[in-house]
Amino acid sequence: MRLQQATRLALYSVLVLARDPTRQLAVAEIADGYDISIHHLAKVLRTLGRAGLVEAVRGVGGGYRFTGNAKRVTVFDVISLFEDVANPAPDDHDVLTPAARALGLILAEIDEHAVATFRSVSISTMLKIIERTSQRATADRSKGSEAQDSLDLS
Amino acid sequence: MAVARALASPHEDAALSIRPARAEDIAAVSELDAAITGLAKPAYWRDLFERYGTRRQDQRFFLVAESDGEFLGFAIGEIRAWEFGAPPCGWLFAIDVKPDARLTGVGTALFHALCERFRAAGIDKLRTMLARDNHLMLSFFRSQGMMAGPSIQLEMALDDP
Ligand SMILES: CC(C)(COP(=O)(O)OP(=O)(O)OC[C@H]1O[C@@H](n2cnc3c(N)ncnc32)[C@H](O)[C@@H]1OP(=O)(O)O)[C@@H](O)C(=O)NCCC(=O)NCCS
Repeated sequence: MRLQQATRLALYSVLVLARDPTRQLAVAEIADGYDISIHHLAKVLRTLGRAGLVEAVRGVGGGYRFTGNAKRVTVFDVISLFEDVANPAPDDHDVLTPAARALGLILAEIDEHAVATFRSVSISTMLKIIERTSQRATADRSKGSEAQDSLDLS
Repeated sequence: MAVARALASPHEDAALSIRPARAEDIAAVSELDAAITGLAKPAYWRDLFERYGTRRQDQRFFLVAESDGEFLGFAIGEIRAWEFGAPPCGWLFAIDVKPDARLTGVGTALFHALCERFRAAGIDKLRTMLARDNHLMLSFFRSQGMMAGPSIQLEMALDDP
């Protein structure tokens, strides 16, 4: 499954802001590390703002901060602001033949799983997954460098 | 009591303890299940206690959470080996917390206690299965770190030849 760029940016923004709801980040700071236009990201943040998930802080050092409830807002809540995962429209040019209906059944099965997954993962659960995976990556790296050290020593 | 508990953060409830279920807990277990599912099945719970609370106690765990002697919830799990060829793993197949005791860490404490039992038995994998529209339970399991496993569950109606 692929999410549109705006959707992914929205999720990344929510995650970076939710990590510390007391902190505000400028659009340029949020964009840091992603190869995207500030203009595009600003548009995404305005949509998140209208949904009450982030708030624009004006003035010097202004930016955005997270205003949602990380334990209750789910990945689905963010995604569904940008795309329709729950009810993808059938392709207009598809005539409803028995084959198209059969394919529709299988695709609906996949969509139901996707939606159930997105709905069950809260922003705070995502933050825990990020922490776990980065800890694992650090551990792997240090194991790798230990192996490298022992190689160097030998 | 319920109010004090609702205000307390999970780890402040020092009185919270998790222990193996006893026969006298089964009325409360059955009552909690009936309140949640709307279906009273005391004989089923007595039978489940008989099987999971008294036999093969090195592989079957029927746990109860209580605070100051008050029943707050329960969890049941067992070690299943070679099901569909899979190496032994721990299955959690029931967990329920009384509505007025929820969101204070009782579910998490039961979950961890069950994981601890499985770990002590040398098991390194926990599994469960639930309806995909059960958002509450799914969110709970995900918050504990569970992710989709490698199995896919399939079914078909048998009345349709
Ligand atoms: C799911 C259940 C076991 C959770 O028990 P609990 O004691 O409330 O759980 P905890 O307080 O330990 O919560 C742990 C995490 O689960 C998640 N969670 C719990 N309730 C939630 C809710 N209503 N909405 C979203 N997430 C929730 C949260 O991430 C929570 O972490 P947080 O407190 O940091 O937000 C309980 O709600 C329950 O018994 N529900 C009914 C279960 C049922 O229907 N059983 C029958 C089939 S077996």
